[in-house]
Amino acid sequence: MPRKIKDAVAYMVIYLAAFYSVLLLAGIIVYVFAKGFPVFDLPFFTTVSSVVKGTVGIAGNILNTVYIVVLTLLAAVPAGVGAAVWLNEYATPGRGVRLIEFATETLAGIPSIVFGLFGMMFFGTTLGFGYSILTGSLTLSLMILPLITRNTQEALRAVPDSYRNGAIGMGAGKWHMIRTILLPSAMPGIVTGILLAVGRIVGESAALLFTAGSGYLLPEAGSGFVSKIMESGGTLTIQMYLSLARAEYDTAFGIAAVLLCIVLAFNLLIKILTRNKFFAG
Amino acid sequence: MDIGIHGVRQTAHNTPQGRLGLSVTEKRSHTQRIETAAEAIFTLCACCMVFAVGSITLYMIANGIPAIYKLGAREILFSSVWKPTAADPSFGILYVILTSVAGTVLAIFLGVPVALLTAVFLTEAAPRPLAAVVRPAIELLAGIPSVVYGLLGMLVLNPLVYRLEQWVFRGSQTHQFTGGANLLSAVLVLAIMILPTVISVSETALRAVPEQLRASSMALGASRIQTIFQIILPAARPGIVTAVVLGVGRAVGEAMAVNLVSGGCVNVPLPFCSVRFLTTAIVSEMGYAEGLHRQALFTIGLVLFGFIMLVNILLHKILREEKG
Repeated sequence: MPRKIKDAVAYMVIYLAAFYSVLLLAGIIVYVFAKGFPVFDLPFFTTVSSVVKGTVGIAGNILNTVYIVVLTLLAAVPAGVGAAVWLNEYATPGRGVRLIEFATETLAGIPSIVFGLFGMMFFGTTLGFGYSILTGSLTLSLMILPLITRNTQEALRAVPDSYRNGAIGMGAGKWHMIRTILLPSAMPGIVTGILLAVGRIVGESAALLFTAGSGYLLPEAGSGFVSKIMESGGTLTIQMYLSLARAEYDTAFGIAAVLLCIVLAFNLLIKILTRNKFFAG
Repeated sequence: MDIGIHGVRQTAHNTPQGRLGLSVTEKRSHTQRIETAAEAIFTLCACCMVFAVGSITLYMIANGIPAIYKLGAREILFSSVWKPTAADPSFGILYVILTSVAGTVLAIFLGVPVALLTAVFLTEAAPRPLAAVVRPAIELLAGIPSVVYGLLGMLVLNPLVYRLEQWVFRGSQTHQFTGGANLLSAVLVLAIMILPTVISVSETALRAVPEQLRASSMALGASRIQTIFQIILPAARPGIVTAVVLGVGRAVGEAMAVNLVSGGCVNVPLPFCSVRFLTTAIVSEMGYAEGLHRQALFTIGLVLFGFIMLVNILLHKILREEKG
């Protein structure tokens, strides 16, 4: 075959491969939205499913998702950022750093179902938290730890050394320098990491099935909002999985549309944020 | 070394003049303490990671071993009969292991070529505006929750595969029809789910190929396509291997989407058989399993964990070689 034709065929295959991904995404979004949006109405967002009242709603699941996102971030962000600061600012290259970096890589590679098993055994059984939002959050915080650490590390690496030298030269202690110079400069990177983590938490299901359980009721007003942490609570993804298992496809599509909206919104946010960072730099 | 100095200054505080005269050094020792505390806390945070991996490993092994010990490695790992709730229960997970292996390998064979070509498109072939559409699309694919893939796989892909199944096995008396919920569906879903990972990692690898190689190849009269396939892809091989290994990790560990589309009978991993993966066995049975059945599920978890650790160690080795 002449070279020209060969090249043309190769180009075509390359373009096809690329458009396959785009088409796939477009197909998924259009299909889910077309099937999901008709399900949307006010009760869908403000009530919980009840046979007695005849309502189908996901308010409880939305609230559970918020709970889990907040609690997970509370546990994971300080630890993840701290680890990154240590790796980047304190540690001297050697066995310790290699061990921790290997641990980070490994943690990032462990599938969520294994986190789920571990969370169920350790937080649920050994620590006695049972099937609860707390168990789920702690499990997920382990899962997103590498994500936070890596993004923070990258952001810290991008802070020029002159900042550090300037601060130390002016007599600032290391902690003072980190608190007032490094962390604020690295903030866009850290926030990007957090947003990515929120995306993962919202989309997670396998790690939550056996840790946070599948409760879908709204907590009672008042102290119920605190004790809810120790009760079982299924996120949107879990509810969607259960709806599918019960062949309630309308509800499943409704939740899928909500999830896609969240994913799209967060992607947009990250895009805007990283673009701003370029402007600032 | 600091302790000695502190000691002297602290005794100085006790004299009436000491407090005023030495307030600066006192402040310094206070700062020093904060510094030490800060470093200790940061170190602790970093150690969290190691503790987490350590305790996960420990828990997986400690809970996965009892069933192997009770039943014997041969009985559980190399027997193919999985009847955990029968009167005379049997816990062979051979088919489950084989399904995970076969599913992953097939998904890699289907997904990696598409992913590589897409990465080539992004780095070598695409005009800027097109790349600006394709790249965000791939990032979005990565963000779609796996249950959503499962939903679409179940309601869109399964019926299509069922039609194919009916056509392939038309007139067959022995084939057990799966309604499309079979290994083939699972492989197709997995092949899609590994795309974003493999694309983004191999894209980075292709970008890291020095510009000189491209220029010299073109200067010698090679076409763009020849340059891509004979110069750039081979030069980026270590990075591409990393991408494939990461893809394997994702495919082995995927649970929810696969669980929704793969049927769920323990079977020989053939394309049109309803099958059960390592991950889906845990997802669908852990909820009600008790006693030895539960322990056998933990053994499945241990096998899965073993596969993942293998992938991780391989990855670590490749990355180290690349650096060194």
